[in-house]
Amino acid sequence: MPHWMQLMLDSLGPLLWAGLVFTVPLTLLSFAGGLVLGYLTALARLFGPRPLVAIARFYVWIFRGTPLLVQLFLIFYGLPSVGIVLDAFPAALIGFILNVGAYTSEIVRSAISAVPSGQWEASYSIGMNWRQAMARTILPQAGRIAVPPLSNSFIALVKDTSLAAAVTVPELFQAAQRIVATTYEPLILYIEAALIYLVLSSALSLLQSRLETRLGGYGGFLGEKA
Amino acid sequence: MITLTRIVKRFGEQTVLHEVDLTLGEGTVTALIGPSGSGKSTLLRCVNLLEMPQSGELKLGDSHLVFTPGKPADRRAVLALRQQTGMVFQNFQLFPHRTALGNVMEGLVTVQRWPEDKARRRALDLLDKVGMAHKADAFPASLSGGQQQRVAIARALAPSPRVLLCDEPTSALDPELAGEVVAVLRQLAEEGTTMLMATHDLRLAASVAHQAVFLEAGKVVESGPSRELFSSPRQARTAGFIATLTAAAGGHGAN
Repeated sequence: MPHWMQLMLDSLGPLLWAGLVFTVPLTLLSFAGGLVLGYLTALARLFGPRPLVAIARFYVWIFRGTPLLVQLFLIFYGLPSVGIVLDAFPAALIGFILNVGAYTSEIVRSAISAVPSGQWEASYSIGMNWRQAMARTILPQAGRIAVPPLSNSFIALVKDTSLAAAVTVPELFQAAQRIVATTYEPLILYIEAALIYLVLSSALSLLQSRLETRLGGYGGFLGEKA
Repeated sequence: MITLTRIVKRFGEQTVLHEVDLTLGEGTVTALIGPSGSGKSTLLRCVNLLEMPQSGELKLGDSHLVFTPGKPADRRAVLALRQQTGMVFQNFQLFPHRTALGNVMEGLVTVQRWPEDKARRRALDLLDKVGMAHKADAFPASLSGGQQQRVAIARALAPSPRVLLCDEPTSALDPELAGEVVAVLRQLAEEGTTMLMATHDLRLAASVAHQAVFLEAGKVVESGPSRELFSSPRQARTAGFIATLTAAAGGHGAN
């Protein structure tokens, strides 16, 4: 067996472990949290009173307008100066949730706005209140519109979690860095890390197209499939 | 009896309805006619409060609402009123993510809290009534415009409303498809459904409505039994408008 293959095989275990214990949970939790925060922010911007709209816009402006790496550094290295000390993982998680929330709020906002206003009226005309119209009529349609751009964010997030290495989270990429530090084989190890990210994001793309097919059932071209 | 009294509706600076009075008898069909921008759709939408009047009074079944400028109506009273009305829209507005059956069941299950199987039976009966039972499992995108509108009528009727409001129910349809919708509405009228419809469709107005109200620039110009109003209008303005409708109907096969 060639040297490079042996090295890849030997490091596969530690890399996958770091991915399983840090990268995957960080991705899933950040996305779930970011989605909730993004939804609430979108609601605030679309339906909230004026001060809430201003707060939501300010938040999105800040977190879309500054680099994610700088945000992570501020939370992990900066906040201790004002007495807020966080462990690496929660610090990274908070940073990612805030960042993902800012981007997804725009996706959710545009998806909700894209549902024709006649759908609200039809819901109200059969006696629904705002909450019922939102849950039963608007969100199912907005959800379908939002799946492709949300999948984009999700896939970007998987790769962005490698930035957590910079705030000492021992995730996949940091595990690779540590092996490089002892083996001096950056080319092989970083290719291996890249391949694992590629497998992860490919799996997510597959999931996305499945989800789109399932949600597309009522669309014109799929006809009357129930 | 449904009564609207001195209804005023303004959009910004523009007054769209000037103290309009309207009375609908139980079991009667009233057609609102008038040129575009006359306020007929707005008046119709004031009955189920999709548009909120600035002032006036509305009595419908158990609901009695009084509108005062600057004071929003009580939300619960609005919801209670809407549950006693059904609405059919010009461009159908079926829920695209639900089947025909799902569309008709939606109000019963979500708003009226009916058990699923009871709602399904009622929905199937209604789809049968509008001749759409064979398409119960079809999604709106696979239905023709006339079929979609018939499903929309079934959806509006599901909660047994006191009045069916129809906003240009045939305007988005070609004459043939409009014909199916007119037939369904005529049948409903014969069964004693109280209806109020804004329409340009002379065939619909003449063959279904008992009463007609001619609106122009937010005011009632003339109202009366539809046959009389169409054949011998008292006001010159009404006669002029009806002449344009008749000319249009002649040119487009009675639509």
